[in-house]
Amino acid sequence: MTTRRTFLKVSAAAGGGFMLRATMPAVAWSQGQAAPLNAFIRIAPDGIITIMSKNPEVGQGIKTMLPMVIAEELDADWKQVRIEQAVLNEAKYGRQFAGGSMATPLNYDPLRRVGAAGRQMLVAAAAGTWNVSPTECRAQAGVVHHDKSGRKIGYGALASKAARLPVPDLASVTLKDPKTFTIIGRRIPGVDNIKVVTGQKLFGIDVTVPDMLIAVFQKCPVFGGKLVSVNVDAIKKLPGIHDAFIVRGQPGPDKQALSDGVAILAKNWWVANRAREKLDIVWDEGPVAAQSTQGFAEQAAKLGQGTPASWLRRDGDAASAMKGAAKVVEAAYSYPFLSHIDLEPQNCTAHFKDGKVVLWAPTQNPGPGQQLVAKTLGIPESDVTVNMTRIGGGFGRRLRNDFMAEAAWISRQAGVPVKLLWNRADDMQHDFYRPAGFHFFKGGLDDKGALVSLTDHFVTFGQGGKLADSAAMEHTEFPAALVANLDYGQSVMELGVPTGPMRAPRSNALGFVFQSFIDELAHQGGQDPVAFRLTILGEPRVLVNATGRPDALRDFNTGRMSNVLRRVAEVSGWADRHTLPARTAKGVAFYFSHLGYFAEVVQATVSNAGEVKLDHVWIVGDVGSQIINPSGAENQVQGAALDGLGAALGQAVTIDRGRVQQANFDTVKPLRIDQVPPVEVYFLHTDHPPTGLGEPALPPVIPALCNAIFAATGKRIRSLPIDTSMLKV
Amino acid sequence: MAYKIKINGTQRTVDVDGDMPLLWVLRDELDMKGSKFGCGAGLCGACTVHLDGTAVRGCQTPISAVGTAHVSTIEGMAADPVGRRLQAAWMELDVPQCGYCQAGQIMSATALLRQTPHPNDSDIDAAMAGNVCRCCSYTRIRAAIKQAAGEHAAEKGERA
Repeated sequence: MTTRRTFLKVSAAAGGGFMLRATMPAVAWSQGQAAPLNAFIRIAPDGIITIMSKNPEVGQGIKTMLPMVIAEELDADWKQVRIEQAVLNEAKYGRQFAGGSMATPLNYDPLRRVGAAGRQMLVAAAAGTWNVSPTECRAQAGVVHHDKSGRKIGYGALASKAARLPVPDLASVTLKDPKTFTIIGRRIPGVDNIKVVTGQKLFGIDVTVPDMLIAVFQKCPVFGGKLVSVNVDAIKKLPGIHDAFIVRGQPGPDKQALSDGVAILAKNWWVANRAREKLDIVWDEGPVAAQSTQGFAEQAAKLGQGTPASWLRRDGDAASAMKGAAKVVEAAYSYPFLSHIDLEPQNCTAHFKDGKVVLWAPTQNPGPGQQLVAKTLGIPESDVTVNMTRIGGGFGRRLRNDFMAEAAWISRQAGVPVKLLWNRADDMQHDFYRPAGFHFFKGGLDDKGALVSLTDHFVTFGQGGKLADSAAMEHTEFPAALVANLDYGQSVMELGVPTGPMRAPRSNALGFVFQSFIDELAHQGGQDPVAFRLTILGEPRVLVNATGRPDALRDFNTGRMSNVLRRVAEVSGWADRHTLPARTAKGVAFYFSHLGYFAEVVQATVSNAGEVKLDHVWIVGDVGSQIINPSGAENQVQGAALDGLGAALGQAVTIDRGRVQQANFDTVKPLRIDQVPPVEVYFLHTDHPPTGLGEPALPPVIPALCNAIFAATGKRIRSLPIDTSMLKV
Repeated sequence: MAYKIKINGTQRTVDVDGDMPLLWVLRDELDMKGSKFGCGAGLCGACTVHLDGTAVRGCQTPISAVGTAHVSTIEGMAADPVGRRLQAAWMELDVPQCGYCQAGQIMSATALLRQTPHPNDSDIDAAMAGNVCRCCSYTRIRAAIKQAAGEHAAEKGERA
């Protein structure tokens, strides 16, 4: 038995000063078992390499992609690699979350170093065995070779010895030349595909724990409502019901706090859910019951006529420039609240016992989930264990962990392990919605059609004295710093409905309004929409944000954008678009978000009845020097674009009397296969660090579609979702 | 009351309310978690199973309505020649993103290929439009069905 205590620490400048702490707590292993080289890698005597997957798998392919990075630098044979999902342990693995397309920028360099350190230890072990210099040895596909003598040893035979060697300094390990990569850059299928296609237990909803009950949780349909009374004794007597009780709300961060409600428990979810029909609850609905979508639209229209309450940016003299303009274009844009509609409804399994709780959670953000559960139950975070399950869709919804707090509380109150599962209406009516928003634009063009002045009065939402979650706009929003006279102003309406990040937060809406209005200006000035945008982008340069401190997330590289725009014009046949039949047209748009540069063209046909048919989508992206897994990357990009098109064509959440009016997929319509066009994906490989792909392909697709509809029909879409009745001939 | 049903070739007995949907008999009585819950209203197809080879929504099929029909689920597809071809194509083309809908997609696709061994795009649209993929892996679902049907599917890969 060998025991050792090692601590690896590396500071790697990636994604704005990320620090990976690959710590190694006390680890014991016996001869014959897999030997741990560091927190991420262990190797069995038979050569099987187990690599830990640190982040939640939400469909972004991370459980395949991050281990590929480690395996590459380890010089492993991918066929001998097995992937294991890590539990939450941020002291050991660094931050563990799925959000912001941040996994690649935060982990690419640090995890290469983790793999390279493992390789260095294996090579040193082989060199020691042969009594030669490590510099004479090389690693390849799970074997260390000494070419001079023709000797070789497999990793399995070396692992035990390697694990006893000093751990190299991660900052100074030697990384491979990307030209020699054999795993990174290969199309590698998802490591869980076999389980997915054969229906094995994998997702949060599939978790079973001995003696567990299954719970439903009825909350107030109005956000923040309090429970006054309920017939809980009658519910308990229903056949098949094991327990039912009132849960009193508890304070917590933002709107993730435990809400008032009624828990009903049974052995079978359908039995528990059916019992809700017999509930007789009196709610105190509270002040949010006065809020409605229609009320907000009326309030926004009034605010939009006035002066903004605050300024995000004022460049030059927009008002004077507007007066001097040859043509002034005015337009009001808006977009709705959206629900994430994860296909796997929110759920969590919790087992509270002896003051501690173990959770199995489909969460994108397990760290804050652990904190929320600890705070809600009043126990230390160290007594909250979080196992991460595969996740049936997140799109940002599962960055918020209200379902974890509910499951933990209900398990404690029930005294048994509990799987909490929401129904579809719960999921759609208790979301953290993409905030709605309103933009009142003016644009001034000179007599040559050049943009000389632009103003936007953004009417958005606030909560408790600050902007609502994901309801902000940056002062760097395009075309800021590219138009001499420009005002971005903002007014705020108080909102009681919870909001939160949704795939490409803010950008998913701002891309639509800005790239649509830019398109209006191009047409009003008689310019080609591609050429008009290229003129605004101008010479290749980086526009640094107003603080003057470089910030890769906000600083905009006009050259990278011009290049993807030019390329998408080429691959989509933009120049030949005039040859298309009547009511068929192409639209273009671009957007920079999550460090990625994307330009997209959509071709659509609008029937005389106003129906919109998607014909084709072309996408060109620049996410840096390396596509780690081209199969996963292409899947993400196609999925993100189609996700945006689905939202634009069929999705809105409306509020009436403080409650969400939609409950299922009949009124919030996901995109379906009969609507899906071919989607071509191209990447420009550029000399920039590799960045993420879950989000940045989404924002440009919506304005590209709306701009195509304008080109096909002459009707400008200024509000989402697209109202096809206005497109009829 | 007690119901005897034949699932993937095996006789099972469950003692449940006759109204209980087949989906919840499978998931919570028999611990067969492959069929998924998405909407509870027949709108998403995640719970698709076969009754005598015909695709139905498990969430809309009360156990009392199953009768003597043979129930097939995703757990039985590896033993089905068509199901197995589709599973192989799904893996080869790396169809899944989150994967939650894919059991239902494969069940619908299996029923399609049994009926129409060489489906065209319209056939695929008609058979698969009831199955939502929230991740929108649809272009690969279409390609995988064509591949399993023995058609050459021109997959759009990374181009540049």
